[in-house]
Amino acid sequence: MIGITAYGAYLPRARLQKQVIADANAWFDSGLRGLAKGEKTMCNWDEDAITMATEACADALGRAPDRTPAALLLASTSLPFADRQNSVILAEAMRFDPANLRTLDVTCSQRAGTSALLNAVDIAAAGRGDALVVASEHRLTKCASREEMLYGDGAAAVVIGEGDVLAELVGSVSQPVDFIDHYRAEGRDYDVGWEERWVRDEGYMKIVPQAVLALLAQTGVEAADIAHFVMPTDQRQVPGGLAKKLGIPDSAVTDNLLQSVGITGTAHAMLLLAQRLEEARPGDLLLVVGFGQGCDALLFRATSRIAEWQPQRGVSGWLAAGVPETNYNKFQSFNDLIDKELGKRADVDKTAFLSAMYRNRALTNSFIGGKCTKCQTVQIPRAHYCVNPECGALDTQEAYPMAGQRGKVATWTADRLTFDFNPPAYFGMVVFDCGGRLMMDLTEVDPDTFDTGAEVSVHFRIKQIDTQRGFRKYFWKAVPSR
Amino acid sequence: MAKGIRDKVVILGAGCSKFGERWDAEPADLMTEAFEECLADAGIEKNQIEAAWQATGIDAFSVGPGAMPLSIALRLPYIPVTRLENYCASGTEAFRAATYAVASGACDIALAMGFEKLKDTGYGGLPQRSRGVTNDMYYPNLSAPGMFAQLAAGYRAKYKTDKQDLKRAMAHVSVKSHANGAKNSKAHLQRAITEDQAMNAPMIAEPIGLFDCCGVSDGAACAIVTTPEIARSLGKRDLVSVKALQLCASNGEEGGFGNWDGSYVATTRIAAKRAYEEAGIKDPRREVSMTEVHDCFSITELVTMEDLFLSPEGGAVKDVLDGAFDADGEVPCQIDGGLKCFGHPIGASGLRMLYEMYLQLTGRAGPRQLDDPKIGLTHNLGGFPHQNVVSVAIVGRYDA
Repeated sequence: MIGITAYGAYLPRARLQKQVIADANAWFDSGLRGLAKGEKTMCNWDEDAITMATEACADALGRAPDRTPAALLLASTSLPFADRQNSVILAEAMRFDPANLRTLDVTCSQRAGTSALLNAVDIAAAGRGDALVVASEHRLTKCASREEMLYGDGAAAVVIGEGDVLAELVGSVSQPVDFIDHYRAEGRDYDVGWEERWVRDEGYMKIVPQAVLALLAQTGVEAADIAHFVMPTDQRQVPGGLAKKLGIPDSAVTDNLLQSVGITGTAHAMLLLAQRLEEARPGDLLLVVGFGQGCDALLFRATSRIAEWQPQRGVSGWLAAGVPETNYNKFQSFNDLIDKELGKRADVDKTAFLSAMYRNRALTNSFIGGKCTKCQTVQIPRAHYCVNPECGALDTQEAYPMAGQRGKVATWTADRLTFDFNPPAYFGMVVFDCGGRLMMDLTEVDPDTFDTGAEVSVHFRIKQIDTQRGFRKYFWKAVPSR
Repeated sequence: MAKGIRDKVVILGAGCSKFGERWDAEPADLMTEAFEECLADAGIEKNQIEAAWQATGIDAFSVGPGAMPLSIALRLPYIPVTRLENYCASGTEAFRAATYAVASGACDIALAMGFEKLKDTGYGGLPQRSRGVTNDMYYPNLSAPGMFAQLAAGYRAKYKTDKQDLKRAMAHVSVKSHANGAKNSKAHLQRAITEDQAMNAPMIAEPIGLFDCCGVSDGAACAIVTTPEIARSLGKRDLVSVKALQLCASNGEEGGFGNWDGSYVATTRIAAKRAYEEAGIKDPRREVSMTEVHDCFSITELVTMEDLFLSPEGGAVKDVLDGAFDADGEVPCQIDGGLKCFGHPIGASGLRMLYEMYLQLTGRAGPRQLDDPKIGLTHNLGGFPHQNVVSVAIVGRYDA
């Protein structure tokens, strides 16, 4: 039996209130008022498709997974690197064993997420082992565009494996069609779309039914028996319209979270799937559609194990963890959408020294410290001589992963002098519960409640962006536990 | 056990440029200003200097690496000249090198010069710079005030000090230094301030406000050292000798191991203990007449009072507010205005502090002159509170 063995998701904490987008831009396009309901997820300046992917993986597998999948597929159209395999960065952040791991970035379409799932199914079915699919999206949008109102940021992860699954794969189809509802050209930042009515009538309403009907025929399942219909689209009427046309019960139609998250691109099908899996009951049929230059359709059936397993926080947990953001300028600044004066302190050379990065990637990518095998002292970074003055042993330290560890803040400040995309810059001395201490950046701090003694966990984030050469450096930051 | 440096070397002369935003001055101008004063005070010819050390903290920013800037600026007569950098202790390091050279007998007369040209950045604060290729990958994104502001968080947590009480004590530190600096024509900032001004200034790095920060300035300071015998043979009286010169560099233990809680600077305590022992000081609060400590930020000075054993642990807030370190207090601190009013041209600061101690000990401090000081202590602290280099120097009357 091939199916889903784990799943998870991630949504950035900040939720941009759509009203502020409309307030800023309705003078130009009053039509935006009609879309200005609710909120959308918004990456912090130090988040991108890769960092969100690490969070979705951790939501599904825990922060310190004890097993490496056979394959890691990362789906996105907003990967930070066009030529540096992004999934490898994710693999190192998750500390997957590289000895038996294949990695792949899957991109260039809104259905890249579901297409990656189809490939994961084949990997598992071939007996190669578990395939972890992560879809993550952080798309740029033009000021005052419809997309700015409708797109959100987020990530989801699904593990496809064999055996004792939470939901078994019943069947799948994939049908490519060069239907261009929108496109984004190489080297361009923004999507270019076509009239919504045409996209609806010629695209969704014709291409999706073809694929779904083929899937139903293949599996012998009746449309009326489908309990969860995942149909990612930024057009509000489309899922209901398709359900009606196909004979899927109205109660099965999954809300696209347009007013709470926004459309998270390639991640959206898996994000909605992850949400429905949290609620699904044994026997429930879940139909998942991916649309973009054709259509993918996958049908799953929840097993009796479905209620026994839950992700760390899940979509419901992330939905509840949002904090309203009402500063539209902050959204534009974080996404580099305006030519902002960052000050002379921002104007320093941020060259990445690739050879030194490679040497230090156990620390920077995987946050691995050292543990002295003689005196058990945990220390960061790992060094030749033990930091314990009573010990001081030479070359006794074994690799010790810090990524899943919690700690407490011993010293801190909020620095308004140093350059930060979101001042003040918080940092401080973190003392880990397992031992080990490190002065490190803090992110997403609530200034009113934060103080010495705060509990933190550590997360893979963007450390610095070299705009001159288009590079970004990552490291781990402490985030107050909530 | 080594005997230490006590009374082996004396200051033959000292000089200090005007510190400030010296828009008109090149590093060579600053060095010349300090050196001419020093040379005249020493009463020797330039060609009697046998070796020199140059302290600059941020080489690539102003004059570039190496010791040529000093050698060329002063047209030193092809003698050994060495550049030293050891964070904010650089100036004291140059003095230590010159002192050790004389004490070893390798040369009779040596020069220590520290300077820095900071005001060519186009913005306030210290120049942005790398902390090293690997360090930059994982060190936090911080400024100098940010680093030291953490002492306040650690101190508050340890002693359960009320936020406002600590802030008030920090304000008093700055008010006191400004009052002293107002009497010093070489200081960058020469205006007195009020406690309210300090308390309500714009926030830089919580809880450090603008008036909790030292200035940023250009400046140079230097000293010429020799043996007591040579000084006497040159007709010098009222000699000021080196009583102790100690340095302590972190090895990562405070930051990476143990109980360091951010409320103190471990290296200062170690260097201070060694320095008191070297100088034969048993009760610092009674025996030390005055101090010039590394008040890069008010909170740094406050915890340094404890780290130098001038206040009991947890007692600095009370001592500061009681005026123990004011000009008329028990152990006056920053009698020249400190980094607070002089600013902190990195390489110059340690020698600027020694210059003031020297003036005070020889009774030449003008309107700031303390009543009969015998022992002066200087202290520098460079780096982070948890990972740093600290120097402690003690000078005093040779006959005392």
